[in-house]
Amino acid sequence: MTVVQKVTGDTLVLRVRGELDLHTADEFRRVVDAELDRRPRVRNIIVNMSGLDFIDSSGLGAILGRVRRAQQRGGRTALVGVSERIGRILELSGLLGIVMVTDTEEQAKRLV
Amino acid sequence: MDISKARNSMELRFPSKPENVAFARTVVAVFASQLDFTLDELDELKVATSEAVSNAVIHGYRDAEGDVRVEGRIGEDWVCIIVEDKGPGIQDVELACQPTYTTLPEERMGLGLTFIKEYTDELQIESAPGKGTILRMVKYLKPRDVSE
Repeated sequence: MTVVQKVTGDTLVLRVRGELDLHTADEFRRVVDAELDRRPRVRNIIVNMSGLDFIDSSGLGAILGRVRRAQQRGGRTALVGVSERIGRILELSGLLGIVMVTDTEEQAKRLV
Repeated sequence: MDISKARNSMELRFPSKPENVAFARTVVAVFASQLDFTLDELDELKVATSEAVSNAVIHGYRDAEGDVRVEGRIGEDWVCIIVEDKGPGIQDVELACQPTYTTLPEERMGLGLTFIKEYTDELQIESAPGKGTILRMVKYLKPRDVSE
């Protein structure tokens, strides 16, 4: 799993590739939380999942934790590039009720 | 499904390290691909296995490392995946099966068993305090349209 981070204004864009599961969720949390701690003005998060090959409930938990951090800062979260397969697991988890889903990062930046 | 009529089987045994979850689900998907499951169905089996093995790692051996056993059996139109740990066992299996219930709330969604039930056709849980946990998951090959 790799996560590339980019800050634009008050929005943190995360590009996640690979697999997000029990093992890689810890690294995801560590890397993203360190960036959020370094940037107190960031309040929105965009997660680009187009490079994600696999996610399970452990990976979803890691994303949910970051969604909560954005909410605590008064911000919003958007997911980009959600495949049909990953969309189904997101729907089952109820996460789709608290995040936005868009096709591109540009659309997500306009919405958050 | 008569497990004694399995035509092939496999068994994995590995330490309860989080990094072993990925290889366990991949092995199960490759094993199940002996039957004509679709890619989506194999992905579902990967998620179910990932959840079951993760549960064994997180709950089975919370404070120490132990062995996780994954067994696969394949029949004419079914695959059975068994995940076993020798951890503390589940206090209340019915409660554990309720969506979002978790004994470790920190960033755990408590959806592991929900996903397993959604993505497999049968789930049996054998567990009791002090007796470890065995999850048996069965997935059936769906009849295919002849014109496909």
